[in-house]
Amino acid sequence: MGIADMLKAKPVNVSRRGFLAGAGSLVLATTLPVKPVRGQEASDAPAVQAFMELRADGTVLLKSPFIEGGQGVYTAMAQIVGEELDLDPSQFTVEIAPPGGPFGIMGGFRITGGSASTRSSYMLMRRLGASARAMLLQAASDGWGIPAAQLTTEPGAVLGPNGERAAYGDLAAMAMDLDVPADVPLRDPTTFRYIKSPTPRIDVRDKSTGQAKYAIDVEVEGMLLAAVRHAPRLGMTPSAVTNQSEIEAMRGVHSVHMLDGAVAVVAEKFWQARKALDAARVDWTDGDAQWPMPTDFSSQGFRDQLANATGDIATVENTGDAASTLNSAETVIEATYDAPFVVHGQLEPPSATARFNEDGTLDLWLPNQAPEQFAGRAAEAAGITPDKVQLHSQVLGGFFGRHFLYETANPFPQAIALAKATGRPVKLIWSREEDFLRDAPRPLGLARFRGSVGPNGPEALEIEVVGEGPTGRWYGAPAGNDPSAHEGLSGKPYAIGNKQIGQIYLPNPAVIGYWRSVGHSMHDYMYESFLDEMAEAAGLDPYEMRLSLLEGSPRHSTLLQAVAELAGGWQPGPYEVDGVQRARGVAMASPFGSEAASIAEVSLDGGEVKVHQVWTAIDPGQIVNPAVIEAQVQGATALAVSQTLVEELVYENGEPTARNFDMYPILRPDQMPEVHVRIIESGAEMGGVGEPGLPAVVPAICNAVARLTGQRVRSLPLSKHDFS
Amino acid sequence: MQLNVNGTTHNVDVDEDTPLLWVIREELGLSGTKYGCGIAQCGACTVLVDGVATRSCVTPASVVAGQEIKTIETVEETDIGKRVVEAWVENQVPQCGYCQSGQVLAATALLTETPQPTDEDIEYAMTNLCRCGTYNKIRAAVRSASEA
Repeated sequence: MGIADMLKAKPVNVSRRGFLAGAGSLVLATTLPVKPVRGQEASDAPAVQAFMELRADGTVLLKSPFIEGGQGVYTAMAQIVGEELDLDPSQFTVEIAPPGGPFGIMGGFRITGGSASTRSSYMLMRRLGASARAMLLQAASDGWGIPAAQLTTEPGAVLGPNGERAAYGDLAAMAMDLDVPADVPLRDPTTFRYIKSPTPRIDVRDKSTGQAKYAIDVEVEGMLLAAVRHAPRLGMTPSAVTNQSEIEAMRGVHSVHMLDGAVAVVAEKFWQARKALDAARVDWTDGDAQWPMPTDFSSQGFRDQLANATGDIATVENTGDAASTLNSAETVIEATYDAPFVVHGQLEPPSATARFNEDGTLDLWLPNQAPEQFAGRAAEAAGITPDKVQLHSQVLGGFFGRHFLYETANPFPQAIALAKATGRPVKLIWSREEDFLRDAPRPLGLARFRGSVGPNGPEALEIEVVGEGPTGRWYGAPAGNDPSAHEGLSGKPYAIGNKQIGQIYLPNPAVIGYWRSVGHSMHDYMYESFLDEMAEAAGLDPYEMRLSLLEGSPRHSTLLQAVAELAGGWQPGPYEVDGVQRARGVAMASPFGSEAASIAEVSLDGGEVKVHQVWTAIDPGQIVNPAVIEAQVQGATALAVSQTLVEELVYENGEPTARNFDMYPILRPDQMPEVHVRIIESGAEMGGVGEPGLPAVVPAICNAVARLTGQRVRSLPLSKHDFS
Repeated sequence: MQLNVNGTTHNVDVDEDTPLLWVIREELGLSGTKYGCGIAQCGACTVLVDGVATRSCVTPASVVAGQEIKTIETVEETDIGKRVVEAWVENQVPQCGYCQSGQVLAATALLTETPQPTDEDIEYAMTNLCRCGTYNKIRAAVRSASEA
C-alpha cells in the first residue's frame, strides 16, 4: 500500500485509551509509513531534523505532533525538549507538524485527544532534545578539536574545558547537518529544571492581546466568504432556493449553491453571505445521509428506548458471581441513571478555508485533532490524491473533542466544494446556529444498576450500560470492547467481590462524538452516585466505605485521603454557612491513565443548586507542568459543573431544539466554584491531564445534593429538577 | 459611514445594519475581535465604545458612527489596559484564548470606571463566557490588576 492509500485508509479499532494505556484490547489498523531521515535509517534514533529547526539566533522552531487548543501542549513540548537540549522553553516557537512524515508517533498514527499527547510522546521528545544536544556537542567538538566528552552545556551554549563557549545558534548549521546519534543518555530526573516546574505558557501574551490566530482568522488572497444553512433535520437536502435570483442580486453576493444537505451563499464578505442566506427561502426534500435522523426522533423517546432495551449483553467485566449473590441477597437496590446529549460549545465556531492551486494541489486551513485523517478525507472530497492536499492545522479556539473527523460535522468538505465551484479560494464559517445543528454531541447515555449490600458495604454489583460509544461509531470497536461506551463503569478500583458489567449495544440515531473525558464524563457520575446509594442502603458513610473498598490499593486510598485533607477533613454536613445549609459529596475516577478524587460543596439558592467549592486531588503518575495541570483541572471542573447544572441538548422531531447559547446555557462566571487542586506524583506511569479532572466532579456534586436535599438525582442536568 | 476605530477615522462602505464586529474584522482587517455566538450571549466580540464594554456582534456599525471605538489591538495604549494585559500574563489566564480579547477589554472597561472593584462589581462586569473555564484566573487577574 502506498502512502496515498494509507492516508486515505480509515483507521479501524482505534481505542483512544486502549492503545495508549496498553490495555491492548484494540489496536490500530492504519499505520503511516515513517519517512526515514538521514541518520535514522540504521537506528531508531528520533528524526531530529524533521521535528526541530535550530536557528542561527539560538531559538528553536519545534514541530509538535499535537495541536494546541488551550491544554498547554506546546509549552509541554518546549519544556520536555528544552530540558534535554538545555535550552529555556521561552526560546521555543512551537507549531503543528504537517500530516505524514515521522509525526505519527502513536505507533504510526497521531491524534490530539485522549489526554494522550504528553504521555505518548514524553520519551520521544526527551530523546529528540538529547539527540540535538549531542549533535551540538559534536559540532563544537569538531570545531574546537576537543573530544565531545570534555564538553558540556549551559542553557543555549556549549562550553569547553578552557573557557570556550559557543552559542547554540552559531553551531546550528553545522550541528543539524550531522547524523543523529543512535543512543544518547537522558538527564537524571532529579536534575530537571524545566520539566516538573510551573513553566509559564509560551502563548499567553499573544492570547491576551488578540494576536493569536485561529482558523476563523485565516486570510488568503482573493478569497470569498461563505455561509451555509443546513437542513433542519439531518438527511434532508435542498431541492430549491425559491428566491435565488433575488438573493444573488443582494449586495456582495457571488453565488448561491445547493450542497448535499445544505444551501451555501458565497459573497465578498461573510456578513453579506450571512445576510443573503438569512433571506433565502429553501425547499427541503429527503436526501440520503449515512445517519439520517428519524423524523420522530426525540431525546426523551430515545432515553426511554435505552431504559427498556433488552438484548445481548457483551461482557465488559465479570468477577465472582453477581447474579446469584443478588438473588440470595436480603437488601437489593436498583436504579437507572441517564445523562443527556451535550454539545462541545467550543467558543470558536468551525470554519475552513480551501484553495485549489494551479499545480493541482489543494491548500486547506482548518481546525482538526487528526491531520492525517482530515487530509485523507479532504482528498476524497476534492477528488485528488492525498499527496496533493496541503493541510494547515490551526490553533484551536477550544475543542473538547469537537474537531475529530465526524461525517457531516466538519465544514471542510463544503469549503472544498465551494472553492471548486467558484474557482476562488473560499473561507466557510459555520454560524453558532449551524454548529449546534451539526455538532457531533456526546451521546445520551444510560445505565441500569442492581446492587446488594451487607453490613460492610457492597457485596454484588450488576451494571448494564445501554447504547453506543463514539469509538464504536467511528472506529468500529465492537460492543463490550468499546471503552468509550463503558469507561467509568468499568475500570473502577473498588474491591467488590461480585460484579458483572456489560454493554447492550443500541445504535444512536444522532451523529455522536467525543466530549471531554468521553465515557467517563457521564459513567463515573452514574457509578459513583450508585455507590453512594449502596452506602446509604448499608448505613455506611460514603467516604469511609470507599476507603474500606480501597484497602488493597494504596494509590487510590492515598488519593482519597489527600482530597479529604485538602478539604479540611471529610465533613459531609449538612452544616450552616452564612445562614444557609451546605453539604459535601465525594467521588473518584480513573480516567486516561490518571487518578482523581473530588469533593464538592453545594447549597440551594431559590430551588437551584449552587456549587461553592470543589477540591480535587489528581495523580497523573508523573508530571511535566504543575501550573498547566492546575489550569486543566480548573477547566475540567468548569465543564463538569456546567454539564451537571445546566447542559442538555434536547431533540424533538429529529432536530435539536437549541441552536445557540440562549436556549442552551453553559456555565457563567458567577456559577464557577472555587477550585482547590492538589497534585500527587505517585511515580506510576504517566497519565493524562486534559480530561481527568472532569469525571469525579459530576458525582461529587450529585452526592452532595443528595446529602443536602435527600433527593437522589439520576438524570442530568440538575436544572431539570426542582429542589425548592 | 465614518467609524473612529483605535484613534483613526475610517470610511467604510457597508450596509447600515452590518454588525460592528464584521466591519472590524472584514473591512478593517482587525482579527483580534472574535465571533462567538452572534447574539450577544458570549462576549467574545467585546469592544470598547466610548470606554464602555460593548458586544459588537449585535451592534449595528451605523449606531456607533462618530463614537470612539477601541479594539484589543490597542488595549495596551492605556495604562489600565497595559496593567490588565500584564495581569493576564502574570496569572496565566488564557487557555485556548479565543474569548480572552473580550475578557481583557471587559476588565479594562471595569477598572477604568471602577479602579477598586468589589466582588459584586467584578461579578456584574465580567459576564463573558469562557468554555475553557478560566473564570477563577480571570477573577484573580482583575483583582491583581486593580491592586497594581
